[in-house]
Amino acid sequence: MTLEEIIKPENQIYGKTPLLTETPMHYCPGCSHGVVHKLIAEVIEEMNIADKTVGIAPVGCAVFAYNYIDIDWQEAAHGRAPALATAVKRLNPENCVFTYQGDGDLAAIGTAETIHACNRGENIAIFFINNGIYGMTGGQMAPTTLEGMKTATCPNGRDVSMEGYPLKISEMLALLDGTCYVTRQAVHTAASTVRAKKAIRKALENSMASKGTSIVEVVSTCNSGWKMTPHQANKWMVENMFPAYPLGDIKDR
Amino acid sequence: MMEEIKLMKGNEAVAEAAIRCGCDGYFGYPITPQSEILETLMALEPWKTTGMVVLQAESETASINMVYGGAGCGKKVMTSSSSPGISLMQEGLSYIAGAELPCVVVNVTRGGPGLGTIQPSQADYFQTVKGGGHGDYKLITLAPASVQEMADHTVLAFDLAFKYRNPVMVLSDGIIGQMMEKVQLPPYQPRLTDEQVREQCPWATTGKHGRKQQNVITSLELRSEEMEKINNRLQEKYNQVEQNEVRFEEYFCDDAEYLITAFGSCARICQKTIEILRSEGIKAGLLRPITLYPFPTEAIAKFAKQVKGILSVELNAGQMVEDVRLAVNGVTPVEFYGRQGGMTPTPDEVVKALKSKLIK
Repeated sequence: MTLEEIIKPENQIYGKTPLLTETPMHYCPGCSHGVVHKLIAEVIEEMNIADKTVGIAPVGCAVFAYNYIDIDWQEAAHGRAPALATAVKRLNPENCVFTYQGDGDLAAIGTAETIHACNRGENIAIFFINNGIYGMTGGQMAPTTLEGMKTATCPNGRDVSMEGYPLKISEMLALLDGTCYVTRQAVHTAASTVRAKKAIRKALENSMASKGTSIVEVVSTCNSGWKMTPHQANKWMVENMFPAYPLGDIKDR
Repeated sequence: MMEEIKLMKGNEAVAEAAIRCGCDGYFGYPITPQSEILETLMALEPWKTTGMVVLQAESETASINMVYGGAGCGKKVMTSSSSPGISLMQEGLSYIAGAELPCVVVNVTRGGPGLGTIQPSQADYFQTVKGGGHGDYKLITLAPASVQEMADHTVLAFDLAFKYRNPVMVLSDGIIGQMMEKVQLPPYQPRLTDEQVREQCPWATTGKHGRKQQNVITSLELRSEEMEKINNRLQEKYNQVEQNEVRFEEYFCDDAEYLITAFGSCARICQKTIEILRSEGIKAGLLRPITLYPFPTEAIAKFAKQVKGILSVELNAGQMVEDVRLAVNGVTPVEFYGRQGGMTPTPDEVVKALKSKLIK
């Protein structure tokens, strides 16, 4: 049997969603961005809302998110994605609107925009990739960097007496009356990926149903920034990130 | 509704004109002396009549980025602020100019630097017409000198913004924003429907709605050779703006031997100066730039050959005078007179300044 005879469309049980473009992703091997992009694209495809979805891309590693998912996108300034999303959704309420942001973008320079969009209950989904480090700029300390974690700007490990504590922003956002769904997920195993996909779907459904703001935090690896192999990074994430950022729903109403 | 004549503040006129010209969204933050714009919009509740979205943002930074988001959807969106708030908006303005999006920003200026004063000033001239944010870009800048023009320029600003896909600044000040005058308000135009927006702004991120190509609003281009092309294209657009959109007003200029240049509220003061000088037999005229960018360079160059001297009068330490000097190019003396920090000159003060600096 030839390969063509085996791989027939009628035998195919899983494939790349057409919403993911052919553009090769620039992410480092082992990085979670590619998986999360794939999940978002699949959910949009499954919900059949590609024609009315607008994504807001961040500054940072995912700055080119619009090259990979074939929907309308706006590229925001650093941290400002929730402000853009606010206007996009309010002016076109029938659209499904989401932001895609890293921890530096969402939890540092964009803290104000994040908190206030959530507090207003903007009917948007926020996908928040938390790898505890500034990936694109070369691995500097983020608000989410763990205590003792070494980065380019805390080479001896984050000293909380000097740099403060890791920012548990999802727990903070869950306190706000405007948020309807806050969850923390990961994509390091097949099972966790399935759960993350369900969370992404719920967040986008909430945007369509105008239920308030949904936040899906995905605790992620940064192999390059952490200076680890993908395997080491996943293990380190489970042992160190998950205790600080426990997975599961924080709020669902 | 038809046109309507009302007595109102400049700030209120902006709000009324915005609703009437089919504005889709206003995103702003209170700051003196322009808070009446947001207050008026909130009181008029246009979301009940035209469907216009009005939102008080958490900051000027958020406001301008909401404007970015809305403009990216092809909607008629605007914000307003005053000098320190406009400083906070410079990041967003650079992005909006870079992404070539249409929007209107009203700056009812106050004295600076820093927290400064809440009294009128024209010290934001440089920040407005020379860029303000990072990168080579230009804001088309309108300078109203009356409450009527606050309304008219709000409407015109949207037209220019969409014509050139460029942010347009209405550069007013605390006098024009706060003073009351009779104003003829424009008739209501309906807001564009979503279908009209998709047709007129094929670049807008409205959701693809059957469109094959995705639309992406961005100012990012990492390839230098491509980024240079984008910059060259922007400069070509600005050349078109400079050729087509220069606006100014002449007041007793035909036989003038002395020319005063002044904009906005300062030009109103200088009108009286011209009357005083003329009553004394001094042939003086006033050239009032209505567009500060594009600047009426050619008109001033023409008068430079006719007059014995030019006096630029401004509510700052001398900013527009630099553009006047560039236009004049040494052909005739150019002097400056200004008051700062919220102080405004009297017409007599300007008479004295012109005599001492140019006639002697």
